[in-house]
Amino acid sequence: MKREGADLKRRRLLTGAAGVVGGVGVAYSAVPFLAYWQPGAQAEAAAAPVEVDISKLAPGQKIDVDWRGKPIWIFRRGARELATLRKISDLLRDPRSLVSSQQPPYCQNLARAIRPEYGVMIGICTHLGCIPLYEPEPGSVDNKWLGGFFCPCHGSKYDLAGRVYKGVPAPLNLEVPPHWYPSASRIIIGEHPEKGAVS
Amino acid sequence: MSEATKNRGLLAWIDARFPFSKLWIEHAAGYYAPKNFNFWYYFGSLAIFVLVLQLVTGIWLTMYYKPDAELAFASIQYIMRDVHWGWLIRYLHSTGASAFFIVIYLHMFRGLLYGSYRKPRELIWLIGMVIYAVLMAEAFFGYLLPWGQMSYWGAQVITSLFGAVPWVGDTLMIWIRGDYTISDVTLNRFFALHVAAMPLLLIALVVLHITALHEVGSNNPDGIEIKRHKNANGIPLDGVPFHPYYTIKDTVGLTVFLMVFAFVVFYAPGMLGLFLEPENFEPANPLSTPEHIAPVWYFTPFYSILRCIPDKLWGVVALASSIFVLFLLPWLDRGKVRSVRYRGLGFKIALALFVIALLVLGHLGGNPPSPGRNLVARICAVIYFGYFVFLWVYTFFGLEKTKPEPDRVTDGSAKWMQKLMRRLMQKWKQWRRLEETQREPM
Repeated sequence: MKREGADLKRRRLLTGAAGVVGGVGVAYSAVPFLAYWQPGAQAEAAAAPVEVDISKLAPGQKIDVDWRGKPIWIFRRGARELATLRKISDLLRDPRSLVSSQQPPYCQNLARAIRPEYGVMIGICTHLGCIPLYEPEPGSVDNKWLGGFFCPCHGSKYDLAGRVYKGVPAPLNLEVPPHWYPSASRIIIGEHPEKGAVS
Repeated sequence: MSEATKNRGLLAWIDARFPFSKLWIEHAAGYYAPKNFNFWYYFGSLAIFVLVLQLVTGIWLTMYYKPDAELAFASIQYIMRDVHWGWLIRYLHSTGASAFFIVIYLHMFRGLLYGSYRKPRELIWLIGMVIYAVLMAEAFFGYLLPWGQMSYWGAQVITSLFGAVPWVGDTLMIWIRGDYTISDVTLNRFFALHVAAMPLLLIALVVLHITALHEVGSNNPDGIEIKRHKNANGIPLDGVPFHPYYTIKDTVGLTVFLMVFAFVVFYAPGMLGLFLEPENFEPANPLSTPEHIAPVWYFTPFYSILRCIPDKLWGVVALASSIFVLFLLPWLDRGKVRSVRYRGLGFKIALALFVIALLVLGHLGGNPPSPGRNLVARICAVIYFGYFVFLWVYTFFGLEKTKPEPDRVTDGSAKWMQKLMRRLMQKWKQWRRLEETQREPM
């Protein structure tokens, strides 16, 4: 390119201006190509909230539900199970559920639940993604076991509120998904409580 | 250490390990192209742009498309309706296919106009023709994928052509289909060819095409060799470095192309049934043929030639010949000059007739046959093949009266525009002067 006799300042300005305009155009055209990777309507529909009937769930029982391809546990705690939650605070990493990412604010309580009787949890170990086993019977995992969840992959332990024990590989409490109760016997997973909802 | 020397350090590091600067100089900053390129020279770079566009949008479409006879049609509807921006990606791809052929046809016509296929550029032309043939295969395979009625019956008709081959026809046809009719198996293999085999081949061929071009250098609208006049450094006097001159010029061409392209994508993606045929909005039904089957517009001239011949085998032979004869062009044309600017009147008339015949054949191929149309198609087919016969006779026996070629390139078609601009400027100045003299007394 000739430099003699050329107005280099003007040339630089024009090159820069054309480059910026072209660059904005390229950036805009990238939007559809990036957005295309977002979940489509099928994936979005599959991710919709699920409604579950819990009228037949007896104390001590647990059912598994599929929400967004993840196992959701719904289990019922009786008076004995609820009583265990107060006894073991010293053994837990985060007994007061201070890590806010692991449950919605309305579940930041002792039982990590809207209704203490019902535990609702994403059944995925916070260590490396295995599904822990439900071991509600005292003494079933070790002599001091009061009931809870035990991950067979790397031995992580959680209590009956999904709170993780100290000294195991899992770093965090089990995650509680958004959920609410449209009536006493039904639960909706995947939505936060609405105004006036039964809770 | 300043920014500049740091960059030079990185470049030197790369250059010691990979010929980055060497390639850049050979193919861009130090590739001298004739300075008189006109409108017809935009289509090479545009073809590369459209190829990249087709590759990218095609890869994106495969992310949701399902190559399965049960799922294919619905998966495209899903892309069109329920995938974010899916309609845009799909219309870019379907419009891109037609745009690819428009650009390639204009690119090839440029070759005919200025004799770009002539010695020493025969290989560029041959590689280009192979690219064209592969592109037709690529478009044909891709057209089956939406699994609509026209996809299905188009593939049925075209694969049946192979059944016309003597003795092995039926075996060949079944081998291509992988079944006794077009089926899920055919869809799967066409998918494999469309998304992997043909694109890889296309990319490799484009690299060969450009390598051959940069070896012998570009032709130009005057059809004369710019390498005949070089300066002391061995640089052609009538050449300019491809970068920045033609990279910038091609960017302008690309911008105009994109305006037209975007208009079609956004306002007329079906192009009145030319780019997307209405029959194809109905899922494939192996038990019912649509009333009228027509290939997409870019195949219609050759389809016309096939259809106007009342014999299965000879129809297929004529179809194949109509493509093959283009390969022979460098050896059929023995004229003394390359560019239409200096060629005889006979050549100009023949080329004009050839283009008209091709357009008429294309129009007829998209319409149902009738006796009258068949007659016109036969006349046009004779003109089509006649062009090549005439070209050989005209040039081999020295019947062509050429004009003298210039020694150096001219600005050719730009001259009338320069004259016009100069005249406009003079008028403007006169008018200004007149206005000023009138204003003075006040």
